[in-house]
Amino acid sequence: MPIPLAYNLRNLAARKVSTILTALGIGLVSWVFIFTLALAGGFQSALQATGSPANAIVIRNGSTAELTSIIARDAAAAIESQPEIARAADGTPLATHELVVVWNLERKNGTAANVVVRGVTAKSLALRPKVHLVEGRMFHAGLEEVVVGKLANARIAHCSVGDRIKLAGHQWSIVGVFDAGGTSFDSEIWGDVELFMPVFDRPVYQSVTLRLDEPSHFEAIRRRLEADPRMSVQIRHEDEFYAAQSATLATLLRGLGLFVTLIMALGAVFGALNTMYAAVGSRTKEIGTLLALGFSRGAILTSFLIESVLLAGLGGLLGCLLALPVSGMTTSTMNFASFSEIAFRFQVTPLMLLYGMLFAAVMGALGGFFPSRNAARRVIVEALRQV
Amino acid sequence: MKYFRLVLANLMRAKRRTFLTVFSIAVALFLFCTLRTVITSFEASLRASQATRLVVRHAASLVFPLPLAYRERLAQVPGVTGVTYGNWFGGFYQDPKNQFAQFAMDVPTMFDLFPETVAPPDQVQAFRAERTACIIGRALAKKYGWKIGDQIPIVGTIYPGEWRFNVRGIYEGKTRDVDENTLFFHWDFLNESLPEGRRNYVGIYWLRIRSPDLAAPVSQRVDAIFENSPQPTKTETEKAFQAGFISMIGNVQLLLTIIGSAIVFAIMLVTINTMMMAARERTTEIAVLKTLGFSDGLILRLVAGEALVVSLLGGLLGCGLAALVFHETDFTAAGFFPNFRVLPATILTGLALAAVMGILSGLGPAISAAQLKIASALRKVA
Repeated sequence: MPIPLAYNLRNLAARKVSTILTALGIGLVSWVFIFTLALAGGFQSALQATGSPANAIVIRNGSTAELTSIIARDAAAAIESQPEIARAADGTPLATHELVVVWNLERKNGTAANVVVRGVTAKSLALRPKVHLVEGRMFHAGLEEVVVGKLANARIAHCSVGDRIKLAGHQWSIVGVFDAGGTSFDSEIWGDVELFMPVFDRPVYQSVTLRLDEPSHFEAIRRRLEADPRMSVQIRHEDEFYAAQSATLATLLRGLGLFVTLIMALGAVFGALNTMYAAVGSRTKEIGTLLALGFSRGAILTSFLIESVLLAGLGGLLGCLLALPVSGMTTSTMNFASFSEIAFRFQVTPLMLLYGMLFAAVMGALGGFFPSRNAARRVIVEALRQV
Repeated sequence: MKYFRLVLANLMRAKRRTFLTVFSIAVALFLFCTLRTVITSFEASLRASQATRLVVRHAASLVFPLPLAYRERLAQVPGVTGVTYGNWFGGFYQDPKNQFAQFAMDVPTMFDLFPETVAPPDQVQAFRAERTACIIGRALAKKYGWKIGDQIPIVGTIYPGEWRFNVRGIYEGKTRDVDENTLFFHWDFLNESLPEGRRNYVGIYWLRIRSPDLAAPVSQRVDAIFENSPQPTKTETEKAFQAGFISMIGNVQLLLTIIGSAIVFAIMLVTINTMMMAARERTTEIAVLKTLGFSDGLILRLVAGEALVVSLLGGLLGCGLAALVFHETDFTAAGFFPNFRVLPATILTGLALAAVMGILSGLGPAISAAQLKIASALRKVA
């Protein structure tokens, strides 16, 4: 027969300070675990979501990012005339050629950030359904106007509608703010590509993005483009292209998080061991009584183990509660692939909270096992005799 | 001090608890040192920068190059005593994951401007004499097992194609903060290999100035010269340039500080709990000591001293382990932290933190032990 759960709950409540301190210690470990997962997850999903599986991006062969890519005007025209490209309502190919530069701008806090400035065409929006204006209007082609992503709007100085920003010696009016659904476009500034080319003194594009009429046609267009003697290009699925940019840093963040939390968990398990050993030690007489009443050794082992897991679970719950406000907080880092700042939001998902709880429970089980075994092995007579 | 043995004896009595507490503190301090070293390794470039060196780049960003023709005009600015230049090559070895810096440098002037980069004279001579030669840092050579005479294939991402460089020298830094993970090769070789339209462009100019006081006037002068040209410049001290680079990496420092604080705080809570339990178990004993004539103050010091000894032991273990592990393994996290070295200042901060943890965790139990009423304590048990 198992020992009632109420026995454990009352014991935890009886040593309030000790329970709270140990639970908080374990909770903070869970919190760090969730925090690092949310950091890596937020960064990765910002880049991953930037690409759409329906789109493909063409960059120069050998480049790993748009910034180091060059696509000449005639090559871009040849790429956009491929038959596998989906058509817009007016029958024109659903493809865009873009110019990408990185410009050093001042953050609102006074430090400098590298911001992606992208020259886009009328088709760019159609290819990226996640992007929509939330304030103001779209820029007019041919005018010195730009629209900014919502995170650029929030973090970069003079990036609100009505402001003017200096790029390449020209003053640009900011006429709109767009929401790009948490993608890396949210950190960018967009303007008219045909106007950007002369102003930025760039006679070439950086990339061509296109929508395939059939996903299965990717291989056909890839073979034709990569064999084309007029250009030296590579074509990639857009989602894979952006996911690859985040891989190194996300792996590093996850690795660092795992390294830190695993080692820290060791420290917390030591703490839990201490608490549970003390709990067992101070309840020797009780254990003797339980044994005398006829509870089995298995029941005692289980009971103390449950108590330890409950203690850790309380900690895990605290950790999860502390982690909730972190979700949605914005931070930024350098996207090494594009040499520019990418702002992103921490993402705490239910799965991460579950991991945090599991992590805490495992710590509790590990920290409780040896003291519980210790308790179960007591000899009745000696235990009852002890003061 | 004569009671130190009593403190030790008390610790040795509950060996398991002492061991567990020391180790949990050691774990916290090990992590603290690790995270702190991530930050200081980012800042190694700041410590290595020279006050008499200025960096000139395109005003828009490093992505835009400057004409080679600026070289003569920069050299003529009063106060400038030397000019060198180079281009970030941005290639990789075999796999894009193998990250390290490659610079195409103006070889005749680079050693003059960077005296902290040193190599044996015969190696420097061999490097200068050969167009396709390169010189690599000691740490880089060690990482990939490269020796003098090896040929290193680098795939360019900015400059397409596979480039082959012959290792003719291995350089070392004069101080430990100097980066030893870079490959330098001939700017002339890069320039001649480029198509006509991309030739004669420079990524960064470095200027040496006569004295650090001239940094501001020379910077202003240079930027004024090119202000209205198609390629305006931004000139700043090497330190400011590196600091700007670090700030671009974003809030890493803040995030690491948050994580580090959470760790130290968590373990402190655990330690406070342990100390409280230890004191509670010894209520009778403390009452007996007081009966024997131990003063309240002495009891306070004994209990607090016990916590301090445990924390400092943990601190020494954790910090020492961090210093040893990262020193012995040449840890770089896949090239992300090329200068991963635990600084003495980090270890001292860690030990100070351990002492603070010890005092804070011992204070509560020590005060209640000192205030213990003998009669009620002795009556409590048995």
